[in-house]
Amino acid sequence: MRKVVRGFYAIAHAVKLCKPNVICAYPITPQTEIVENLAAMHAEGELENCEYITAESEFGAASILVGASAAGARTFTATSSQGLILMSEVLYNAAGMRLPIVMVVANRALSAPLSIWNDHQDSMAMRDAGIIQVYVENNQEAHDLVPVAFRVAEDKRVMLPFMLCMDGFKLTHAYEPIELLEQEIIDAFLPPYDPPVKMTTKKPLTFGAYAPPPYYMEFRAIMHDAMERARKVIEEAMKEWSSITGRDYGGHTFTDYDEAEVAVVAMGSIVSMARDVAEEMRKEGKKVGVLKIRTFRPFPADEVRKALENVDKVIVLERALSLGSDGPLTLEVKSALYGTSKEIHTVVVGLGGRDVPRDLMVKIISEVYEGKVKPGFRFEGIHEYEEVIP
Amino acid sequence: MSEYFAPGHGACPGCGLTIAVRNTLEALEGKVFVSNSTGCLEIISSMYNRSAWGVPYIHSLFENAGAVAAGIEAALKALGRKDEGHVVVFAGDGATADIGIGTLSGMFDRNHDVLYICLDNEAYQNTGNQQSGLTPPGANTTTTPAGKIMPGKLGRKKDMVSIAVAHGIPYVASASVAFPMDIRRKVKRAVEFEGAKYIQIHCPCVTGWGIQGKDAVPLARLAVETALYPIVEFENGELVKVRKIKDRKPVEEYLKPQRRFRHLFRHPEGKKILEMIQKIADENAKRYNLDI
Ligand SMILES: Cc1ncc(C[n+]2csc(CCOP(=O)(O)OP(=O)(O)O)c2C)c(N)n1
Ligand SMILES: [Mg+2]
Repeated sequence: MRKVVRGFYAIAHAVKLCKPNVICAYPITPQTEIVENLAAMHAEGELENCEYITAESEFGAASILVGASAAGARTFTATSSQGLILMSEVLYNAAGMRLPIVMVVANRALSAPLSIWNDHQDSMAMRDAGIIQVYVENNQEAHDLVPVAFRVAEDKRVMLPFMLCMDGFKLTHAYEPIELLEQEIIDAFLPPYDPPVKMTTKKPLTFGAYAPPPYYMEFRAIMHDAMERARKVIEEAMKEWSSITGRDYGGHTFTDYDEAEVAVVAMGSIVSMARDVAEEMRKEGKKVGVLKIRTFRPFPADEVRKALENVDKVIVLERALSLGSDGPLTLEVKSALYGTSKEIHTVVVGLGGRDVPRDLMVKIISEVYEGKVKPGFRFEGIHEYEEVIP
Repeated sequence: MSEYFAPGHGACPGCGLTIAVRNTLEALEGKVFVSNSTGCLEIISSMYNRSAWGVPYIHSLFENAGAVAAGIEAALKALGRKDEGHVVVFAGDGATADIGIGTLSGMFDRNHDVLYICLDNEAYQNTGNQQSGLTPPGANTTTTPAGKIMPGKLGRKKDMVSIAVAHGIPYVASASVAFPMDIRRKVKRAVEFEGAKYIQIHCPCVTGWGIQGKDAVPLARLAVETALYPIVEFENGELVKVRKIKDRKPVEEYLKPQRRFRHLFRHPEGKKILEMIQKIADENAKRYNLDI
């Protein structure tokens, strides 16, 4: 059923159809409407066999889901920014306990200064937690990948939390025509959650044991292996999903043009505009393409290397910083390209909701294409600034 | 010996925690889901490959055992498995009164069907006797050390029992490992109530308090007999029962044998602190009408 809905509704609707048993969250802009919609669905009795809990904090919300997931429930939460980093201790713990909690992050900047607007600094701060991270470009993709998230997280070969990242406001609050999913489609695609182990008095087990030095490393190595296995599981799930819905979610990356000399690498909603600009430049005979990164963890290094094989210059659009180093996405891209000699531009844009107008995108790509700028790290779309050091 | 909490755990001889845990699990006949905070109990019982737990057990973090328990309860409800067992928290005094008080308050406030047991050994014992909100005044801990100018902890012991009562939860009690049958009775009584329950159990710590294992239980009894640890019971906000004291003893009798209070008997500020502690005991006795 095609309907014009807002991003937060697209998420809530898909979550409902996935039949979670425990939903727990704490409100924070711009995630709030996602959980408000779920609360309303719960209040109307539309969520069967489901407890909806408003926690006293994001820390509490994530902790509640640790208990719920360990006891065998399918679990969902959503958050943003400060809420996400308040959860961080719990999320590392949940990943280590191999609890397949699914969460949506409505991406928002981190304080200070306080900002409710979009960039990717929040989810990037959770990069190393052992959580699968997928970034969506539009609300149809967000809607469609909710069942994929549950299926991958709960796959016995994976058993890791899954973070679906969507740009705050830009996507969460945008109206888009969405092909809304039907229950039968999801039921056929997503089996009920059947964990290999769970807390039950019928077979008492210990969860969250501590591991002295003779054991700890193996636990972490096993997590690493699970994350590696997740590559294939995500691909399988997306392929199957594409065949069911007819919408192509081919894999971890997507390239719009195979003969690019200059490639823009980006994640999230900014990809659409980059692609649009690139397409126009190609009409002028300029060989510009866009490499969209959908899966950030596990990072699809092979795909990136292959996609950029014949490219001379790479522009990485960064929506986050790793202060004191290169941009976090650039670090991944450089590592994937190790041993090749390409010109790499780290272009930081749109922090804290700073607009990235089309003109700016044209400028960024053209200047690189025409060789007018040196490779390396720079901010674009930034005012002149000066720090006064007293 | 209990099949729910096996021997071979790493507790010190005389440790109060294991007395409280065994009695709780046996009172509930092992039909429990345990959520445990980081701390001594967790460390002595849950090493990988050596778990002492014969009941489903989870340890997540230091400050979230109440929330994790709430999640277990929600899951059991959603999945129609409530009859499998009671959800019980074992958390230290630090986990309860300090770092985890937010998640605990949330659990109380939402009134989850959870029995929260605070194992009160009156400091962060797992990490080597640092002060907590439940450390009593005058106690020498590594973060409130007695020195030339400082006489140990200055503040009072946080009144967690009243904080629990103030949440309007159906059952709140204090108990002591000196009275194991009372622990069992209270645990059984608590789970008759649907909703959040809180029991705070006084558990001597041989290393932190500087006592001998054989003296742990007698000292726990002295804490009650001096009115420093009032044993009370609230149902639906009403005080329904207290453990009465015949011939209440002066607080010195309880304090003197413990290394953590030894300095009070020679420190220039000591007399003042001792008087203050006696005053607290007197107030407890009056407030709960403890004296016979
Ligand atoms: C967030 C966090 N801060 C600090 C610690 C270190 N830590 C572990 S256990 C503990 C003290 C536990 O004290 P309590 O809750 O009273 O339990 P006890 O060991 O005394 O039984 C501390 C400080 C931790 N694990 N996590
Ligand atoms: Mg303690």
